[in-house]
Amino acid sequence: MREIKYEDIVKSVKDMILYSATNLPKDAYKALETAYKTEKSEVCKQVLKQILENADIAANEARPLCQDTGLAVFFIKVGEDLKVVGGSLKKAINEGTEQGYKEGYLRASTCHWDTRANLKDEVGYNLPAIIHFDIVEGDGLDIEYAAKGGGSENVSRATVFPPAKGRKGIIEYVKQVISDAGPNPCPPLTVGVGIGGTFEKAVISSKHALFRELGSKNPDPVLESMEEELMVLLNNLGIGAMGMGGTNTVLGVHIEKNPCHIASLPVSVNVQCHSSRHMHIKL
Amino acid sequence: MSKTYHLTAPLSEADVVQLKAGDIVYLTGVVYTARDAAHKKLVDLLDAGQPLPFDMKGAVIYFVGPTPPKPGDPIGSAGPTTSYRMDSYSPKLINEQGLKGMIGKGKRNQDVIDACVKSKAIYFGATGGAGALLARQIKSAEVIAYPELGPEAIRKLEVVDFPLTVINDTFGADLYKIGRAQYEVF
Repeated sequence: MREIKYEDIVKSVKDMILYSATNLPKDAYKALETAYKTEKSEVCKQVLKQILENADIAANEARPLCQDTGLAVFFIKVGEDLKVVGGSLKKAINEGTEQGYKEGYLRASTCHWDTRANLKDEVGYNLPAIIHFDIVEGDGLDIEYAAKGGGSENVSRATVFPPAKGRKGIIEYVKQVISDAGPNPCPPLTVGVGIGGTFEKAVISSKHALFRELGSKNPDPVLESMEEELMVLLNNLGIGAMGMGGTNTVLGVHIEKNPCHIASLPVSVNVQCHSSRHMHIKL
Repeated sequence: MSKTYHLTAPLSEADVVQLKAGDIVYLTGVVYTARDAAHKKLVDLLDAGQPLPFDMKGAVIYFVGPTPPKPGDPIGSAGPTTSYRMDSYSPKLINEQGLKGMIGKGKRNQDVIDACVKSKAIYFGATGGAGALLARQIKSAEVIAYPELGPEAIRKLEVVDFPLTVINDTFGADLYKIGRAQYEVF
């Protein structure tokens, strides 16, 4: 049994949040540079230039990339042979989140669903974090983090198709979701697609798909070919950076699959804006 | 062909009628911030026959909920939020109160587009997710109403050369439709 200190987890989570808020990950920066170089629309080229300049300013001056510093979303794999000493794992994640958002002068965006009152003084500053736990073999602690903004969540969609819809139906659905979203989710986007499982499994998979590195290949050849097909179709929509009309609407399409019930084909599309703030650490 | 303008807020009718969808505008002057919650309060005041916390005639409203400022800074990161959430409030402010400019990102509905034509107002787009870059053009910020709303409070901002693109002009044009039609491949 390996032991890990509560306060070490708090510190690591806090550092992740502070770093992610002001530093665009290399994969996203590189994908945006490529978009800038290849963009055919002069208006979108200027927008992409601003986005890259913004990333430079944010990193150099330690300022948040975007005022929507998101809800804190975690995918955590906990080894069965790992013991947290001095407190619970869930509490440590939340405490690190709160400390990070406070110390970084990041916006607290959690509110009551009905009154819309900000919950920072009730449940904690930008708490609760959204945490997806998985128990795995071994004694590791694997933490994937993303700051997820509201604009791109608002255009995300899920459905459960009859199996006959198949690959063609999924591709049409993803295209429709991105077409309807237009300029609203701050393109160029990363598009996470979750296929199969139960209804909620597809949704969680589509979220997790967004954590994959931009520019990486899908290990499944069928999904890889779907991703390539969708990249072309979605860029052909002509939405462009910030929807001004252009040739770069998506930076990447990432698909995750699950076995599903013989009666159903769940599909979920989770959209990520160009400010793709994510990070992965192992403790 | 898109033109570039340098304008000063508050805006006059002459300022806005010259603009066309796709034009670039560098805006200097006073801009007020308001998101969903503040808009609801403004419209509730009007419905109750009460005065507004700032003069809406010629005003420009920026749809933004900034991050808290670091010590010594006027404001934190401050990029636009998605504008459609203000669609149900904007026409009243344009048609009845003389609002001349809105800054945000994303589509507006037909009611807003029609109000921009009828009462001569402009919907400007700023680059979403460029909050650090845009905050540099904000020289001062003062909460003038609803401090209890936190990031959603109404702030009076002084901006210099704030970079904008005209999305909806006073002729009913929509850059999101025009731009997309140019690049969509069927």
